[in-house]
Amino acid sequence: MTTATKSSRSSSAPRRGPGRGHGSMPIESVKDFRQTTRRLFKYFAKFKWALIVTVFLVIGYTLLGLVNPILLGRAIDVNILQSDLEGLRQTAVLMLVVFFSSAALQFTASFIMASVSQRMLKQIRTELFDHLQQLSLKFFDENQAGDLMSRLTNDIDAINRAISQNITQLIGNLLTVVGVVIVMVTLNLWLTLAAMIVTPIMFFVTGRIAILSRKNFRRLQGATGELNAVMEETISGQRAVKIFRQNRSAIQQFGQANDEVRNVGIRALTISMVLMPLMSFMGNMDVAVIIGIGGWLAVSGIGGVTVGLIATFVNYVQRFTEPLRHISELYNSLQSALAGAERVFKILDTEPEMIDLPDALPVDDIAGDVRFENVSFSYVEDVPVMKKFNLHAKAGETIALVGPTGAGKTTTINLLSRFYDIDEGAIYIDNNEIKTLKVDDLRRSLGIVLQDNFLFSGTVMDNIRYGRLDATDEEVYEAARLANAETFIHRLPEGYNTQLSERASNLSQGQRQLLSIARAILANPKILILDEATSSVDTRTEKHIQEALLRLMEGRTAFVIAHRLSTIRNADQVLVINGGEIIERGTHHELLALRGFYYNLYMSQFKGKTIEELEVALG
Amino acid sequence: MGALGKVFKYLKPYWKLVLLSIVMLIIVVAFDLLIPRLTQRAIDEGINAGNLQIVISSALLILGASLLSALFAIINSTASIVASQRFSHDLREALFRKIQQFSFGNLDHLGTGELLVNLTSDMNMVEMAARMLMRIATRAPLMMVGAIFMIFRTSTFLGYRVLIIMGVVVVLIGFLIPRLQKLFTSVQQKLDKLNTVLQENLSGMRVIKSFVRQDYESQRFETANEDFTKLNITTGRLMGGLFPLMFFILNIGIVIVVYSGGNQVIQGTLTLGEMIAFLNYLGMVMFPLLFLAMIIGMLASAGASAKRIWTVLSAAEEVVDRPSAQEMPAIKGQVEFKNVSFSYRAKSENGDIKHGDPVLKNINFSVKPGETVAILGATGSGKTSLVNLIARLYEVTEGQVLIDGIDVRDVTQESLQSQIGIALQEAILFSGTIGDNIRYGRPQASEEEIQRAARVAQAEDFINSFAEGYEYHVGERGANLSGGQKQRVSIARAVAMDPAILILDDSTSAVDVDTEARIQEEMAEVLKGRTSFIIAQRISTVLGADKIIVLDDGEICSVGNHQELMQRCPVYRDIYTSQLGNGGVNNDNRN
Repeated sequence: MTTATKSSRSSSAPRRGPGRGHGSMPIESVKDFRQTTRRLFKYFAKFKWALIVTVFLVIGYTLLGLVNPILLGRAIDVNILQSDLEGLRQTAVLMLVVFFSSAALQFTASFIMASVSQRMLKQIRTELFDHLQQLSLKFFDENQAGDLMSRLTNDIDAINRAISQNITQLIGNLLTVVGVVIVMVTLNLWLTLAAMIVTPIMFFVTGRIAILSRKNFRRLQGATGELNAVMEETISGQRAVKIFRQNRSAIQQFGQANDEVRNVGIRALTISMVLMPLMSFMGNMDVAVIIGIGGWLAVSGIGGVTVGLIATFVNYVQRFTEPLRHISELYNSLQSALAGAERVFKILDTEPEMIDLPDALPVDDIAGDVRFENVSFSYVEDVPVMKKFNLHAKAGETIALVGPTGAGKTTTINLLSRFYDIDEGAIYIDNNEIKTLKVDDLRRSLGIVLQDNFLFSGTVMDNIRYGRLDATDEEVYEAARLANAETFIHRLPEGYNTQLSERASNLSQGQRQLLSIARAILANPKILILDEATSSVDTRTEKHIQEALLRLMEGRTAFVIAHRLSTIRNADQVLVINGGEIIERGTHHELLALRGFYYNLYMSQFKGKTIEELEVALG
Repeated sequence: MGALGKVFKYLKPYWKLVLLSIVMLIIVVAFDLLIPRLTQRAIDEGINAGNLQIVISSALLILGASLLSALFAIINSTASIVASQRFSHDLREALFRKIQQFSFGNLDHLGTGELLVNLTSDMNMVEMAARMLMRIATRAPLMMVGAIFMIFRTSTFLGYRVLIIMGVVVVLIGFLIPRLQKLFTSVQQKLDKLNTVLQENLSGMRVIKSFVRQDYESQRFETANEDFTKLNITTGRLMGGLFPLMFFILNIGIVIVVYSGGNQVIQGTLTLGEMIAFLNYLGMVMFPLLFLAMIIGMLASAGASAKRIWTVLSAAEEVVDRPSAQEMPAIKGQVEFKNVSFSYRAKSENGDIKHGDPVLKNINFSVKPGETVAILGATGSGKTSLVNLIARLYEVTEGQVLIDGIDVRDVTQESLQSQIGIALQEAILFSGTIGDNIRYGRPQASEEEIQRAARVAQAEDFINSFAEGYEYHVGERGANLSGGQKQRVSIARAVAMDPAILILDDSTSAVDVDTEARIQEEMAEVLKGRTSFIIAQRISTVLGADKIIVLDDGEICSVGNHQELMQRCPVYRDIYTSQLGNGGVNNDNRN
């Protein structure tokens, strides 16, 4: 009665949450079966006793399930046919007792397993999440957030299905098959042999169909993947499709993929669906064989076959085919669970980012003197991004980093925050090499305002407080005021208690920027880093932000990266970076006088005007 | 489930297949109901009567009946699969074509993410529902009704007794289903919450690391994780308890039949074969009952999916060609806005689509053919909305947009938009080669034209830096290009269209100043002889324009050249000075 479907085969399309799919999962296989299984079992260790009890319960109710057909046979042969009313009553009571105990055991088993499986899954989720927190940014560069999400949702869901249902079912099914055969043989060897005639045929036919269906489902998976890719790309780029009027070619491309899915889908599903009627036919065939042969034996009085025995056997045969059919399904599901577990473990095995040296120094109070000495670095081996880089920012200075895209500005900041470790040279803060400091302390002393000012869902208050969790409400208000964010916050429907939607889409980019500045102010860092903090904000809003930033930079060492040269005119030092090297350094005026790279950069922004004209225009 | 019915009209062309599969289903059920009768005959008239011939013939009849039943079942499943696959194919196509008709406004309301879910998960749910209705969802009730009929034909006395048991099961299911569904919904909610924490964590990793908030994040996750786990345990226990309970009740029915039925057999009012047949029929009633719960749940969520699909299918396209629409003649490039007001239509809380606050108010200006127009203004002042109206990507709320004196609403979208080239704010690229991407707007463009467009957009250098050059394969959504590179390809794409009107919507925001200046230089040649609209943040970009339109909160502050605006428009002066860093000068003085 299972309906195989194709609901969970899309790999890239968004879903309304995992676990809604039914039926055939993508067919996967685990690479190292033993290793993965063993590791997965380790998670069970904590629940050893609960699991042992469960296994006994499963054995218990499976065996009880085998008793009933015998009781039915007894009711017919011994009680009814002998007209033994009292005996019949006893048998009925016995049946009731067996049914009840079986249900009670089954209930207890699922009760225990529900908790064990969910607790174990929670543990895996927690471990995975906590481990992700420890991984380096490099890891996140290499692994897309979408893929990681899928590890934490789909893969864990696959494990979930396997352990919360399949394992007990598998034990029950295997036990049933073995038990039924044993009981049948003890009851009557001849009838057992008769019942078994069909079995090899059944194995052969289902095996064949399974192989064929697997092959076709794999093709269907491919075709669906293709279709999803077309849909995803077209729909997410729909605006471009529209303005360049490529709707017709999009429809055509889609049409081909859609036709393919239909054609392959019909074949794959038809093949897999043949299985069910065939199985039930073979079940019925067994019944016919038992009635035929059993009836013949009974009528001829050979081998002690009775009506009750035939009824018992018919019952057993039906119990025998069901589990056989399920076992292969369960096997597939276990495979994909193990494949999922393997991927999860792979993440857990990824080395965490730089761990503090055993004698790492805490960072208490720093002045903010920053030095890069002959620093070389590459993200990818042999592609140097930074070569023999030197820089010195005295405590309290504002340093502007200028240069074309990809010149190495952001890299400088990544290295200072120790998001990546350098290849050569050394970086010092107050004459301590940053390698010797505790990473967490180091980062706490840096305040970073990024171009992509990420906010979390939660209230405005929560988001500012993210900078310093123990800040009082008053301190939060103060930070917002300093960041020029107070005015707009007051205009929000619920002020500081306004809920930000996911990715804060209900705020403008400028407003988000102001909040992230307030957050950095609250953190009160000794060294401030502004990475393109105002690039996508219009210039009037920028003025507000600028004011806030100037206030923030006062008395702190600050690194400023900006496209807009206006942002950096008031820096103590301007470093012009190109190709991972500093090519010019000095104040804004010195660099203009140099008439070099910076001068050209500056001029290109105000093409057609002379410096003098501009200075005049500025008043 | 009304929506399911509406969506199922796409099943109509395949009504013969649907009918075939239903008829087959009825035959299958009939055969299935026949088998216990044959068993009964074998026992009563065969074994108990010692008639070997009847035993053998019954066995053969059972074999025949089950073979035919299997055959018809295969026909049923094949017909239902073909019908449902064709149905979902057609429905998906209809939905996709509908989306292709959508204007920007529709896309705003429906959301591209939602649309993708409609095309994938929702579509699968509906397809599954269609298939189920042709199979198990029809078979189960059919089987039940048939089996109940047979039960009463076999023994009315026993029938009434087991009827009570069935009643209990029905009441139990009716009681539990709504509760279970509620529970499932809250499990889903907890899961969504868990995923939100996760999603945010992964996307905000840099911020988290900067503020050293790993422990705080772990705690946040722990809370969501524990909530989810607890609810899952509750659900798991309930579900785990439900099935043994149902089976137990079903088994009570069996015991009743064995006891009372056995009594009757002893008294001679019932035959043994009848009793066994009765037991078989009882199973046929009870098992579908267990599935019914699942089927109802499934149909309910398919109904929700169908509703979402139907919302899209029945959405009115916001921009439609008028029946009297003419072809737009070759555009010379005169553009005029007459008293134009515009507001976006937004979905309100109750799902209605209403006009929001005006984004553009009473806009009037006129541009001569060949002029370069710069549009300036704060974020949210209506710049993008204004240029979108030129290509009629949205419909004006009031007033008129005229190109060469023709109202854009009087011509077909195709003929209008094919003459306007737009580089959008967000550079959307497609998987394929870089050449394909530049050629996207005009597939017939020559190799040379493509290269020229790339040169103008300053994309040539980086394209040539790839070993494959123009054959370099761009990943989905341009994943393997940087933001600045994507923008340059997008500009090249608009230029390659060789349009009469060119619109650049803040399309160099991710390009560094130096490159931007070079693009402007090269662009001068391209802009000659065509009307162009350039939205920019940087004042340097707009200095060379023939006309500058300054927008302030949806209204035109002023239109003119740089000198004029410096005098007339305080907003412009403000932008100008703020960008050149007036504050910086003061600081210089202080130093």
